[in-house]
Amino acid sequence: MPKKIKTTVIENGFEKEVEIEVPDGPPVSWGDPNTNRIIGRSIPRFDGPDKVTGRAKYTYDVNLPGMLHARVLRSPYAAARLEPGSVDVSEAKKIPGVKAIITLDGQTGKTLRYAGDEVAAVAATTPEIAEDAIRAIKVNYKPLPFVVKPEKAAEANAPQVQNNQPNVVPSAVQGKDEDVAKGFAASAVTVEGTFESQVRLHCCLETHGHVCKWDGDRLTVWASTQNVHGVRQEFANGLKIPQDRVRVITEHMGGGFGSKFGARTEGILCAQLAKEAGAPVKLMLTRWDEQCGNQNGPGAKGKFKAGASQDGKIQAWQSAVEVYGGTGRANIPASSGPYIYDTANVKAQGFSVFTNTGANAALRAPGHPQASFLTESVVDELAYKVGMDPLEFRSRNLKENDPKTAWWREEMRIGAQRIGWDRRNKTPGMGTGPKRRGMGVALSTWGGGGSTGTIVDLTIARDGTVVVSTGTQDLGTGVRTLVAMIVAEELGLPVQAVTPRIGDSDYGFSQGSGGSNTTPSVAPAVKMAAVDAKDKLAAALAGPLGTKPENLVFGDSKITAKDDPGKSMSFKQACQRLPMRGITARGEWNSDLRQSGVAGVQFAEVEVDVETGKTRVLKVVAVQDCGRVINRLTTESQINGGIVQGIAQALLEKRAEDNLTGRILNPNLEEYKLTGAMEIPEIEIHLYEPHGRVSGIGEPAVVPTSSAIANAIYNATGVRVPSLPATPDVFLAAAAAQKGGHA
Amino acid sequence: MEERDSRDLTRVSRRGFIRGVGTGLVGSALLGGTAEEAPEAEAAAANESMGPGPVPMTLTINGQEKKVTAEPRTTLLSVLRNDLDLTGAKLVCDRGSCGACTVMVDGKTAYSCMMLAVDAVGKKITTVEGLAPSNGLDPVQAAFVEKDALMCGFCTPGFVVSVRALLNKNKDPTLDDVKEACAGNICRCGTYPRVFEAALAAAETVRKVG
Repeated sequence: MPKKIKTTVIENGFEKEVEIEVPDGPPVSWGDPNTNRIIGRSIPRFDGPDKVTGRAKYTYDVNLPGMLHARVLRSPYAAARLEPGSVDVSEAKKIPGVKAIITLDGQTGKTLRYAGDEVAAVAATTPEIAEDAIRAIKVNYKPLPFVVKPEKAAEANAPQVQNNQPNVVPSAVQGKDEDVAKGFAASAVTVEGTFESQVRLHCCLETHGHVCKWDGDRLTVWASTQNVHGVRQEFANGLKIPQDRVRVITEHMGGGFGSKFGARTEGILCAQLAKEAGAPVKLMLTRWDEQCGNQNGPGAKGKFKAGASQDGKIQAWQSAVEVYGGTGRANIPASSGPYIYDTANVKAQGFSVFTNTGANAALRAPGHPQASFLTESVVDELAYKVGMDPLEFRSRNLKENDPKTAWWREEMRIGAQRIGWDRRNKTPGMGTGPKRRGMGVALSTWGGGGSTGTIVDLTIARDGTVVVSTGTQDLGTGVRTLVAMIVAEELGLPVQAVTPRIGDSDYGFSQGSGGSNTTPSVAPAVKMAAVDAKDKLAAALAGPLGTKPENLVFGDSKITAKDDPGKSMSFKQACQRLPMRGITARGEWNSDLRQSGVAGVQFAEVEVDVETGKTRVLKVVAVQDCGRVINRLTTESQINGGIVQGIAQALLEKRAEDNLTGRILNPNLEEYKLTGAMEIPEIEIHLYEPHGRVSGIGEPAVVPTSSAIANAIYNATGVRVPSLPATPDVFLAAAAAQKGGHA
Repeated sequence: MEERDSRDLTRVSRRGFIRGVGTGLVGSALLGGTAEEAPEAEAAAANESMGPGPVPMTLTINGQEKKVTAEPRTTLLSVLRNDLDLTGAKLVCDRGSCGACTVMVDGKTAYSCMMLAVDAVGKKITTVEGLAPSNGLDPVQAAFVEKDALMCGFCTPGFVVSVRALLNKNKDPTLDDVKEACAGNICRCGTYPRVFEAALAAAETVRKVG
């Protein structure tokens, strides 16, 4: 009997909950954590030695004989019309070393919608010459009216960003006026406020890009992507060739964070340039292109009014949340209500606001860090106004019918102990002197349950070598290592005895790495392939060992009869008894091995200099539900990563646009501030494993960091920061505006 | 409408800047020339101009002499990656703000994206590829692997070189020393806590083995 389960899938880079049908089979599990030899331990990643020595070849590092280098010419205007024939490449063509030029004015022209939109691309013998060539292209732009700031976009006579829709697109209203009025009537306290999270940039250190090489009608693409098979399909569609003519390779990739799902314009251009030039072409975006190009993590601004009764229950929640995704539409979980928390009386509406800035893309836990800052700020305000411990207040407003509620409560207990929650200011800002310390807390949730589709192939050769392959990609999460670990555990081998092969569309299908779905999608399929291989090996060896297959146990690189340790053979010896073809096994996804829905809690301790407005994060404690952990070492690294990115969101990063031109003012890595070595606090991680199934963990840890820090700033100073990043000027302005603040 | 590509105003490239302002080496270069007739970079450095066409030069990289021919405007990083296939140093920000291209020049860390290849002539360049013994890992590299001081790994070669350069001059660094040594390197994945751990662990190994 097939059964129905709920899980999250990624559509266009955004998570969506769906119900899928899965076959029902015999139960399967990850085994006992106390007796597992490899699963749940800390195993250094397989590609570590290649990455620390510089041997690892990323797409950016692929150098092929005769390869050309490409550059893209981009619009200097926030909006302009590119009429057919308006791009003059005659001078560029004359430059020695220029081999191919493609312009995007085409037969019908192109409407450029942001400063950075693609106009033309050049391939040349060196990157320097390609750069010369794009400078030599003359373009007759027809500038159009444009709008940069969301508040201007909402005005009645604002230039329309998209041809076919208004600048402000409202979502359906949740709840009714009378309900929320009832809730406010039942409230002892109410709070009102407007909170805003900034537009952020992904800043992948390896920029987006490809190397394309044609052999006749066959195309090989080295892609810096988080979606090997999806990219193959997009190249085939974009170039109108069959998928079997395209191979996509991603051996290593230098960061994606949600922005690298497609072939995108520059990928298709790369293949077209290579065709035209008759030579392989490398087209990697420049840093300027990367920062100004077509992706950002959207900003969000919410206007809130909320009420709570004296017993600490949220009674009413009224909100209007605008999301700023440039030329793209976006929603965040706070658009429809108070994110994690429960309240019977809600009236909420979301609005997607278009501007002439690059489109949004998924950025690590898309929508959640913004939702967290907006809603946790309001919830924190309510807690203090009711006069209740913010931890207790949160606990009282969790959904009682949610299985995660018990986990959150336990995580809050663990985290409070670890950070010493009792040391917090009982009255915000109660300290003296210019440097004030305080603590804050915030909760998070995510799906991360994976989905069906992954195909894993496993072969055991007669010499005992084990190769496991699937077309997934390693974004830096360590999936390559995890694949080997699972097989080694099942077959009773040391982890080094298994060779994992990933990152190639010639291997079995695997979905894009989004929604923290890689591990929960790939790991079950790997496990099932290993189980299949083990069953086949046991069947082949039972006879020679004079026992039944179900009596055989695999461990210590040996295969032994359970009831008679004398009947034993080394794994190598056993494999020599296999027929020439060895063993081939295949695994597909099994829903019993994974679970969707994770809960996390983070605590932050900060020190704010109330004279300069500068905030320093002293310590972050993360208690994170991961389901069953496969590789402790790399799981902890993901939590570190979430926190470090969350610190940037809280205190440092923000895309700045010029109102007059629509251009990005900080398209680099020094004026766009990322967390650096000096900003790293003490970080304490507690992996919480409430059940034995695997959940994805790439995204949830970034969700609550910025809100925990903002709440800690309040606890330290009594000043509520209304917007992120909470840079010194933002803090000092908030302090000055707020009665009772310290400035 | 103004004809000039106004983007240039906001996007002055380093190479353009170096060319525009001029340096002793390339500023007065007005005449072209083929690679064959151009003087070797080292010889020319004294009083002759070179470029803008490709010029031959000899670089000392990881203890080996490498002959390359490149335009004088070419950065050391570009020559390493595109001419010598030494792709360990990464091109990330292309303007000296992220440290992914860090190499050692005469033992001191330098951003190879901010140095012209012709300016590296006569200096000892060490890249991440030059740190490890032929079939093993440098203690810094080994510690990075063991402590998982890397995720996507694109920043990793830069961090490894920065930490190695620190340990070359200070075998007993404090956490603050490590942070300072890594202050010119950016990691977007957020590996810093483990980079610090790895650096301190490597220091211990270096002290033991001398």
